[in-house]
Amino acid sequence: MSATTHDAHDAHHHGPPPGYLTRWLFTTNHKDLGVLYLVFALAMFFVGGAMAMIIRAELFQPGLTLVDPHFFNQMTTMHALVMIFGAVMPGFTGLANWLIPVQIGAPDMALPRVNNWAFWLLPAGFVLLLATLFMPGGSPAGGWTMYPPLILQLGDAFPFLIFAVHILGISSIMGSINIVATILNLRAPGMTLMKMPLFVWAWLITGFLIIAVMPVLAGAVTMLLTDQYFGTSFFSAAGGGDPVMFQHIFWFFGHPEVYILILPAFGIVSAIIPTFTRKPLFGYSSMVYATASIAFLIFIVWGHHMFSVGMPLSGQLFFMYATMLVAVPTGVKIFNWMATMWQGSMTFETPMLFAIAFVLLFTVGGLSGVMLALAPVDLQYHDTYFVVAHFHYVLVTGAIFSIMAAVYFWLPKWTGHMYDERLGKWHFWLSTISVNVLFFPQHFLGLAGMPRRIPDYALQFADFNMISSIGGFAFGLSQLLFVWIIVKCVRGGEKATDEVWEGAKGLEWTLPSPAPYHTFETPPTVK
Amino acid sequence: MSDLSVESRTRRTVAKMLLVVVGMFGFGFAMVPAYQVFCEITGFNGFVSLQPAANPDSAAAVDTERTVNVEFVATVNESRPWVFRPETSRLEVRPGELHTVYFVTENTTNRDTVSQIIPSVAPGNASRYLHKTECFCFTEQPFEANQSRKMPVTFFIDPAISERTTTVTLSYTLFDLRDGDAPDFDEDAAGLHSSAL
Repeated sequence: MSATTHDAHDAHHHGPPPGYLTRWLFTTNHKDLGVLYLVFALAMFFVGGAMAMIIRAELFQPGLTLVDPHFFNQMTTMHALVMIFGAVMPGFTGLANWLIPVQIGAPDMALPRVNNWAFWLLPAGFVLLLATLFMPGGSPAGGWTMYPPLILQLGDAFPFLIFAVHILGISSIMGSINIVATILNLRAPGMTLMKMPLFVWAWLITGFLIIAVMPVLAGAVTMLLTDQYFGTSFFSAAGGGDPVMFQHIFWFFGHPEVYILILPAFGIVSAIIPTFTRKPLFGYSSMVYATASIAFLIFIVWGHHMFSVGMPLSGQLFFMYATMLVAVPTGVKIFNWMATMWQGSMTFETPMLFAIAFVLLFTVGGLSGVMLALAPVDLQYHDTYFVVAHFHYVLVTGAIFSIMAAVYFWLPKWTGHMYDERLGKWHFWLSTISVNVLFFPQHFLGLAGMPRRIPDYALQFADFNMISSIGGFAFGLSQLLFVWIIVKCVRGGEKATDEVWEGAKGLEWTLPSPAPYHTFETPPTVK
Repeated sequence: MSDLSVESRTRRTVAKMLLVVVGMFGFGFAMVPAYQVFCEITGFNGFVSLQPAANPDSAAAVDTERTVNVEFVATVNESRPWVFRPETSRLEVRPGELHTVYFVTENTTNRDTVSQIIPSVAPGNASRYLHKTECFCFTEQPFEANQSRKMPVTFFIDPAISERTTTVTLSYTLFDLRDGDAPDFDEDAAGLHSSAL
């Protein structure tokens, strides 16, 4: 959709290769691959969203009303896997592909063919994963965390789940190696590390996190595979193993993973807020150091997912204090964003609205996270809707909102057209109101003791569940508007200027809109 | 920046990253023995030794000042048709005293099989102070069809146990190894799920 024709006469600026299929299948162009990643993420957002709609429809009223419990369990499990590995991670990787080369003045990614391969592994992995929905015994239903021994009772879907996780892991590892190699080696002259836009910084650190923890997940699921088929006993107590050990290995991956899902969001918001505040970002270097210290801390806090397994007091105390320490660098970020906005000449275009909502609502999720970090009260909150509310505040109003903000922010640069601002504001307000109607009551449900991953509930939870479901349906429908706005913007609209936004700073805004197929073939010089 | 070309610098970066990937894949597996050793040394997670302990030194070591309640729990994994229960459910012992309790076990299936019984101690930090000099859990236990027998465990509580620990629970889980103890996908159970409407 970013194909340009106006400079086709210039021998140095080739357009995309001819042929629709060959262009998209064999492309090694970072902009094409960025588009592929983003379209794939959007498609998976709707697949995972459809599963969420089934969950909320079942929970609309108490009793087993619509689907059978086993199918409900499949939906909760698959919703998580699809949203994490299909929507949020590819969404961020797509943004990285599109933006990092143009933000650091590189002609393309460092490893263009690896880039193509990493993307096309994703549909392959999801064919394996989604095919399990049609298998005898159904798709994985034991939770996305794949705890043994429950996950070992899965039917034919088990090897498909394991190999899907392997393939998706390989894809994201290759994507990350590419991103790290690009950032470290392809920066334009004068673009020192401490001059890089924060989105690039955030992705450099995220890339390292993915490279460090994805192989651990691959190892954990490989152990599940050999336990099931090759007679090993890593997690089987009968053979001297320990199922709790799986939780340790899984969360050693799993906790850094949740920051893999949020660090790029910090980078996006750090680009948008200064633009619409018309001020430089407050505390750039402290933002970099805060991101780096978060990246260190999250490797030593995995135990807070496991307070209820029977951990000794000293373990609980260590993980509790370490977890609460994460709030310090995160707080630095929140206050820096607020200080950036302070006394700025702010305007409220759609990307800015999403960014402000991000700061506000991500903080709500962060505060419930601090509550969950308290070992003594976590025993009550564990596996309740309070946890569900917490991680949806940080992932939906955090990660997803930041991706939406990024799409609105850079869409004019990608397509050459301004999106429909009026519809964008409608999309923002519908999403923000409905997402709070959807998730805020879940805090109360959780505190009152409603367990997660259960298709039925006690009668006293009926009202809040109905409110939550109504919010869910409204949020789901609002996203159709998002698709329409994107389609409309790709097709046409007011011509975007090169700078697009009045206060926009950075190399990408020096390029024409839409950005040509090849950019920065001769590197720009950064002052 | 060095004088190397972009290509060779990129190649170096990629090689380093791939080393990290391989290393972290190995690290995941290295966590398995590391976890065992860590639990063994610290006694975290209720780690229980499967080696017979030496008898307590002498009667002088018995702490006559206090007693510890020892509770016994027996569970059959996967609700297999076995009888497995302690003869005594609770015993008040002095630290250092040697005691023997029996577990009644019956294989109620109509075939010969082998079982492995896995111990666990709660609270976890007491596990290092419960020493078993003899236990049916040290080896696999063969059972003939419908065979029933009483199996002994001889143990003592280490007098070094914390003053604050007044109750220790010794729990056993019986695994029937004949079936690999990993049930295949159960079509009937799935049928039950779908008929729940």
